[in-house]
Amino acid sequence: MTNRLPITKTYKLFIGGKFPRTESGRSVKVCDASGAVVAHTCRASRKDLRNAVEAAAKAQPGWAGANAYLRGQILYRMAEMLEGKRAELAGAIAAVGGISDEAARGEVDASTDRLIAFAGWADKYPQVLGCHNPVTGPYYNFSVPEPTGVIGVICPDEPSLLGLVSLIAPVLCSGNAAVVLASESNPIPACVLGEVLATSDVPGGVVNILTGLRDELAEHFASHREIGGVLAAGVSADHRRLLEAGAAENMKRVRVLGDATDFGDDAAMESPWQIEPFVETKTIWHPASA
Amino acid sequence: MVQSPTINRVMADERAASFTKRSIKTKAKDAGLRLALSMVDLTTLEGKDSPEKVRSLCAKARRPMPDDERVLGERLPHVAAVCVYPAMVPVAAEALEGSGIHVASVATGFPSGQYPLDVRLRDAERAIADGADEIDMVINRGAFLSGRYDAVGEEIASVADVCAAGGPGGRGVHLKVILETGELETYDNVRRASDIAIEHIRDGDFIKTSTGKVSPAATMGVTLVMLEAIRDAWLGSGKRIGMKPAGGIRTAKQSLHYLAMVKETLGDAWLTPELFRFGASSLVDDLLRQIVKRKTGRYAARYDFGVA
Repeated sequence: MTNRLPITKTYKLFIGGKFPRTESGRSVKVCDASGAVVAHTCRASRKDLRNAVEAAAKAQPGWAGANAYLRGQILYRMAEMLEGKRAELAGAIAAVGGISDEAARGEVDASTDRLIAFAGWADKYPQVLGCHNPVTGPYYNFSVPEPTGVIGVICPDEPSLLGLVSLIAPVLCSGNAAVVLASESNPIPACVLGEVLATSDVPGGVVNILTGLRDELAEHFASHREIGGVLAAGVSADHRRLLEAGAAENMKRVRVLGDATDFGDDAAMESPWQIEPFVETKTIWHPASA
Repeated sequence: MVQSPTINRVMADERAASFTKRSIKTKAKDAGLRLALSMVDLTTLEGKDSPEKVRSLCAKARRPMPDDERVLGERLPHVAAVCVYPAMVPVAAEALEGSGIHVASVATGFPSGQYPLDVRLRDAERAIADGADEIDMVINRGAFLSGRYDAVGEEIASVADVCAAGGPGGRGVHLKVILETGELETYDNVRRASDIAIEHIRDGDFIKTSTGKVSPAATMGVTLVMLEAIRDAWLGSGKRIGMKPAGGIRTAKQSLHYLAMVKETLGDAWLTPELFRFGASSLVDDLLRQIVKRKTGRYAARYDFGVA
């Protein structure tokens, strides 16, 4: 066989269930440890972020309205699809070097398990976070958690897949839609995940995945008023300040996980308290019959 | 009987699509967004319309963004008109009194036009008597498609007479003729219907694409065909006819495309609410979002601008 040129893939964004190119026409090279180009990804602009938020805002009410059991089933289906793409995802994680094949496979498995955990929580977290409050008077008084809306998720560079999945699973679990900014150092697993989501049962727009630079996009995650909350990990102190300052303007919730976060810590990362920051508590008074 | 030219659909669509490629940025965009806002006929045409809803719409028409001075440091223009069903005209007229905003009423058996002519004329007369100063009439598409062009022309002329005689002090009210292009099948028909309407209406009256009840409603292509009919009338007889695309124009970007088309087809003289309108309801919110974004650098949420 003659020497064949390798076909390096050009990944696109994942917005509203479709794979558009960035409107800016810009791309980023993803290189391995030796500096060889393994793929090109889009360098999303703020207009791509805007489009992703539009898509998320449109899809979110339907996702929140789906019953909890169905959301759980869909998250479980996502995990199944991840299992099916195990080899490709492990390859993507290892593509940029610095991580062994075995460790990469372990990361895919941990990501799959994390989705399974939150698939289970989907119809159970309201019982944990909600409550029946004692009140003086003939009333039943309930507090129930409801999703916040559209959540911006800024992923850490490492772990590129487990970080992303650990952040979006609790956000999606309660019925939020997510606009995700993938790992900058290795966005390929996020792109592959987009391709997985497109063929799972997740409605288009519920998860939107952008690849690009935190330097360009972080401030727009903070200032866009349709984004109801921001969950970030592995961001610099400057970006954290930017997020908090931008969010102070519109009162959105910002949760930044510190660099010490251990994504492999199942007990911490699969706790229902990961869901709690992006739900709103609704309290209902209902007359009790005398 | 007017002789209408035939229309090359492929080239008309091509030309219309070319207006979406104009680069409208910074100051031109700022001016365009505000101009588009001032051209909106804020519309509610639903069976569930209530006086409360119409009053709320009128408040929005007067002051599209109540905190504009605080957020933007300027007072945004009010919209051109509020467009309602005849039964809601007294409510709108009262709510808009003294604002300079027109009260437009759909009439003449909206949206089908399938009523006897005397009933349709009475419909328009009553709306004018109740305070409407613009009448959006529908043509009888059944008559048009069966080739009874004279009948269509005569109907338009009758409504135009009612409009010319009506209004405060008998000064007349403006007429907009809805062609319902979604039911006219071809661009040739759109052009012919435009020419028939233009022949029977007065200077300053409008032709309008759609009721909003039929799909497709306004498209760039039919709007271009109608604008060219207006241009030919202007060049031929000097009559100045306005244009109103209605239905399906929801984004600020679309509205800028239409403005580019008007400017390049008819010139700056038509870039005024007196001669160009958008029939729309959700467009206003998107215009406000873009205006706020341009000013503050921050994207607004959809719920930032009250529903009306």
